[in-house]
Amino acid sequence: MPAVRGDGMRGLAVFISDIRNCKSKEAEIKRINKELANIRSKFKGDKTLDGYQKKKYVCKLLFIFLLGHDIDFGHMEAVNLLSSNKYSEKQIGYLFISVLVNTNSELIKLIIQSIKNDLASRNPIHVNLALQCIANIGSREMAEAFGNEIPKLLVSGDTMDVVKQSAALCLLRLFRTCPEIIPGGEWTSRIIHLLNDQHMGVVTAATSLIDALVKKNPEEYKGCVSLAVSRLSRIVTASYTDLQDYTYYFVPAPWLSVKLLRLLQNYTPPAEDPGVRGRLNECLETILNKAQEPPKSKKVQHSNAKNAVLFEAISLIIHNDSEANLLVRACNQLGQFLSNRETNLRYLALESMCHLATSEFSHEAVKKHQEVVILSMKMEKDVSVRQQAVDLLYAMCDKTNAEEIVQEMLNYLETADYSIREEMVLKVAILAEKYATDYTWYVDVILNLIRIAGDYVSEEVWYRVIQIVINRDEVQGYAAKTVFEALQAPACHENMVKVGGYILGEFGNLIAGDQRSSPQVQFQLLHSKYHLCSPMTRALLLSTYIKFINLFPEIRTQVQEVFRQHSNLRSADAELQQRASEYLQLSIIASADVLATVLEEMPSFPERESSILAVLKKKKPGRVPENEIKEGKSPTPIANHTNDTSNPSSASGDLLGLSTPPTSQPPSSNTGVLLDVLGDVYNSKPLTNNTSNTQQNLYNPKKFVCKNNGVLFENELIQIGVKSEFRQNLGRLGLFYGNKTTFPLQSFVPTLLWSDDQAAKMSIQMKPVEPLLEAGAQIQQLINAECIDDYTDSPSMMISFIYNNLPQKITIKLPLSLNKFFEPTEMNGESFFARWKNLGSSNQQRSQKIFKANGAMDLQATRTKLMGFGMQLLDGIDPNPDNFVCAGIVHMRSQQVGCLLRLEPNRNAQMYRLTVRSSKESVSVEVCDLLAEQF
Amino acid sequence: MQFMLLFSRQGKLRLQKWYVAHPDKLKKKITRELITTILTRKPKMCSFLEWKDLKVVYKRYASLYFCCAIEQDDNELLTLEVIHRYVELLDKYFGSVCELDIIFNFEKAYFILDELLLGGEIQETSKKNVLKAIAAQDLLQEEETPQGFFEDHGLG
Repeated sequence: MPAVRGDGMRGLAVFISDIRNCKSKEAEIKRINKELANIRSKFKGDKTLDGYQKKKYVCKLLFIFLLGHDIDFGHMEAVNLLSSNKYSEKQIGYLFISVLVNTNSELIKLIIQSIKNDLASRNPIHVNLALQCIANIGSREMAEAFGNEIPKLLVSGDTMDVVKQSAALCLLRLFRTCPEIIPGGEWTSRIIHLLNDQHMGVVTAATSLIDALVKKNPEEYKGCVSLAVSRLSRIVTASYTDLQDYTYYFVPAPWLSVKLLRLLQNYTPPAEDPGVRGRLNECLETILNKAQEPPKSKKVQHSNAKNAVLFEAISLIIHNDSEANLLVRACNQLGQFLSNRETNLRYLALESMCHLATSEFSHEAVKKHQEVVILSMKMEKDVSVRQQAVDLLYAMCDKTNAEEIVQEMLNYLETADYSIREEMVLKVAILAEKYATDYTWYVDVILNLIRIAGDYVSEEVWYRVIQIVINRDEVQGYAAKTVFEALQAPACHENMVKVGGYILGEFGNLIAGDQRSSPQVQFQLLHSKYHLCSPMTRALLLSTYIKFINLFPEIRTQVQEVFRQHSNLRSADAELQQRASEYLQLSIIASADVLATVLEEMPSFPERESSILAVLKKKKPGRVPENEIKEGKSPTPIANHTNDTSNPSSASGDLLGLSTPPTSQPPSSNTGVLLDVLGDVYNSKPLTNNTSNTQQNLYNPKKFVCKNNGVLFENELIQIGVKSEFRQNLGRLGLFYGNKTTFPLQSFVPTLLWSDDQAAKMSIQMKPVEPLLEAGAQIQQLINAECIDDYTDSPSMMISFIYNNLPQKITIKLPLSLNKFFEPTEMNGESFFARWKNLGSSNQQRSQKIFKANGAMDLQATRTKLMGFGMQLLDGIDPNPDNFVCAGIVHMRSQQVGCLLRLEPNRNAQMYRLTVRSSKESVSVEVCDLLAEQF
Repeated sequence: MQFMLLFSRQGKLRLQKWYVAHPDKLKKKITRELITTILTRKPKMCSFLEWKDLKVVYKRYASLYFCCAIEQDDNELLTLEVIHRYVELLDKYFGSVCELDIIFNFEKAYFILDELLLGGEIQETSKKNVLKAIAAQDLLQEEETPQGFFEDHGLG
C-alpha cells in the first residue's frame, strides 16, 4: 500500500487494498456489497457519526461508484459535509456532489445554501471550492441561483486573481447551460477589458469566456478584436524568459496564444482599423517565421506547444482567406510537415491542407504536394492518417488532376482498409461525375469501382450511373458495350449484374449488330448470372428480359420459356413468380405496338444534385471535406456569422454542370429513386411518418405544357410519372403511381375533375385502378382523351388514399392542354407572312401579350420550350434572328384550326411580346395564355 | 473538452471527469467502447482519432492511458500538452507518480484536475500556481486535529 498523502483515511485505504486483492469479479462484488451494507447501517444507526466518519464513508461510496457500481444513497450525508467547518470534510462533500449529482430538489436547495455561504467566505480557497462545484454541476438551477452573483465576482476590483479565473470559467459553464444569464450593457466592456489584465491566468480563463460570448453576439463584443491582437502581439514578440511560469517548454504562453487566435476566428479580418490588421498580419508572420527557426529543445512538449500555436495561426489565416502571401506560406509549411517523423504532425498537416485546398489563393499551392499525399494514402501505417490523405486528395481534386487522382484512388481501393472503403467509393463516384468531360471515362470509373469494391458500392452509386447513361445519348452505346464486356468475367459482382441488366435492357440494341454481342448472347450472358443473384436483382433481370422481347423479337420464344419456368413454384419468391407470369402474359397477349409503348425507352431523369453527395454528407455530418473552391473574402468589418459563404449545400446546386436548358424545377430533396415503369418492390426505403409538413413536393404543372413525359408530381409518399402521346385529335396518357413508402397506400382512388361542359369539348376515358398500392410498388393507369372542340385549361386528377391511417389527397393537373393537339406545319417565309397578314386583318383572330421575362432570358431554353409546345419552329423567316415564329394546326373532331405565332424577346427590357393569330379567336387566346406562362 | 478518462492497460477505469451532462448509462457505454478502441491501437499510431462525432486525443504514460474528447475546433496538439501538464502536476505532488497513487488517492487526483481545468477549459497553466493552490488546501487540512484515528484502526 503506498503512502497516503495529507489526511490519510486509513479505513479507505484498507478497503481499496481489499478490493485490489480480490481474486475474482464475484469476490469483488461480495466485498463491495458487504461494505455497502456496513455503510448503510452506519448511516441509519442511532449513534451519530462524526465528520471524519461521514467523510470516510462518503469517500468509500465514491470509490465504489467509480468502480462502475450504482450508488443510490449517501447524498444527504455528503450534503451535511458541505457545511462542515473542516476543509477536508467540506472538500469531500463537494467532490461527492460533483460526481454524483442528484437532482432531488430538496437536496439542491441545501446544496445551493451551502454554496452561497462558501461564496461569501473571506477565504479564497472556500470561494473557489464553491465555484468549482457550480461549474461541475452546471445545471439550470445553478444558473438561476448564481447567475447574478458570479459576474460581479468576475469584474470586481476586490476579487483575487485565482477567484477571477474560476469565476470566468464558472460563468462560461453556466452560460452554456443558460445563455440568458450574461448581463449586457456596461458589463460588456468590463468583461472585454479582462483581456488587458495583468495576470496571465486571468486572461487565459477570460478569453475562453469571451470566445463563447462572441459566438452568441459578435457585434456587441467587437471591441475585443483590437485588444486580442495587442495581447497576441505582446506574446509572440516576448522572449521565453519574459513570461516566467507561463512559458511552457520555451514557448511563451501557448494556451493563451491559441485561445486568442481562436477568438479572432469569430470575425472577418479587421478592416476598420488598418493598424490592427497590420499588427495581426505581423503576428501571423512572426509565428510562421518561428516555425523555421531551429527548435529550442528536443523535447516533444516543445515542438507540440510551438506547433499548436502554428496550426492555430494557420487556421486563422485560412479563416481570413484574404492574404495570398500568408496562405501560400502556410501551405509550404504544412508541406514540410507532410514528411515529418511525427505521425501527429503528418495527420494535422493533411487535415489543415484540406481547408487550404478550398481557398482560391492556395488551391494551386496545395496541388504541388499531390505526389506526397498520394504516397501518404498508400504508405501510412495508421488508417486515420490514410483517411486524412484521402480527404485531402478529394479536396484538392479539380479538372486538371481529376483523372490522375481518381486513378490513384481506384488503385488504392483494391487494398484499402475496410473501414474507409465505402466512403472512398462515394468520393471516387462524386469526383468522376463532377469532373467528367468525357462520359466514357465516367462509365469506366464506375464500372471499375463495382469491380474492385462491389460490396461497398451503395445503391445510390449504381442508380446514378444509370441516370447519367439514360440522360446522355452519346455514352449509351459505349456503356452497353463496356458493361457487356464486364459481365463476361467469370465472377462478377451482383452490382455489376444490376447495372448490366438495366443498361442492356435499355440499350442492348445498340450493340446487337455485333455477332459477339447478339441478342442471343446478351440474353444468355445475363441469364447465366440469374441463379447467383438475390431476389431483387432477379426481379430486375426479369424486367430486362421483357424489354428484350420488345427489343429483340427474334429471341422471344427463348425468353418466354424462362418466364414460364419461373412463373410457377420454382420461384419461391412471390414477387418473382408474379413478375414472371405477368411478363409472360404480356408477351403473349400484347401486340408489338402495345409492347413497344409499354417498354419504350426510359424518359430522361430530371437533373438534380447527385444523390451520392447527400449520402456522403449524411455519413459525416459537419465533416465532409469540401471539393469547392471558395472565393477569397474581402475584408469587411462585419462579423463572420453574417457573411459566411461556406454553406456546402449552396455550392452544390449544379454539380454536374450539365444542366441543359435551365428549368425552374425546385431542387428535389429525395435521392433519385429510379422510375422503374415495371415497379420494384425490393427497393423501398424507410421513410418518416411525418407527412404533414416539411415535405418538399415536386410539382410544376406548367412545365408539362411543353413536355409530354416525366415526373409529374413527387412527395415523400408518392411519385406520379406520366408518359403521353398524341396523334391528330387523340391522346393517350399513362400515369404511373409509385408508392415510395414501406406501407401500402389503401383506398387508392384517382378521380377526374373535368365537368360535363368541359367533357363535351374534350372527352376523357380512364381505366380504373386497384384500390391498393402496395409498399414500394407502382401501378399504371391509362387515360384516353379526344379533343372535340377547343377548350381552355386542362383537366385535373384528384388522388385520394390512406397512408398509415391518415387520409391524403393530392390534386394534379394533367398534361392535356389544348396545344397537345397541335400538328406542326412546315412553311416558307413567303407563305407564312401571307397568312400572317391575312389572319391579322381582324382583331378577333389575334391575341397578344407583352410580359416581363420570368427569370433570366435564355434564348436557347426558349427555343427548347417552343419546340416542346407542339408547333413547328420556323427558322430563318423572321428578319430579326432573335425572334421566333411558329406554325401549327390544332386538331379537333369538329374542325382544324391553323395557328401562327411570333415571339419577340427584348433583352434590354427583359420583356417578351407574344402574338398568336389563328382562324378562331378562342384558340388564339388560349394558345397565347398557355405559352405566355412559360417564359 | 467534453470529458477526460484515465484507464490502465488492462482497461480498468481509474478516473473520469465529465464536462457535459450525460446519463450514467451513456457514460458507461462511451467509456467501454472508447477504451476498447484505444487499447487496440498500435504504439506508433497517431494520438488523434475521429471517434463517432468526437475528436479524441490520447497518450500513454507508463501503464496509464490519458484520453480526452474535445470539441471540433479545439487544438489537438495543445490537448496533448494539457494531459502532459496534468501528469507533471501529479508527478510533482506525489513524487514520481504511479498508477497506485491515483488509485489510493483518487480524491487528490480530482482536486488537482479541478485546479487545472474547470468546466472543460484550461484554468491555470502555470505549474507553480496550481501546486501553490493545492499546497494551500493541504495546509488547511493540517490545521485540523486528526480525529477518529483510533476508531478507524482496523475497523475499516
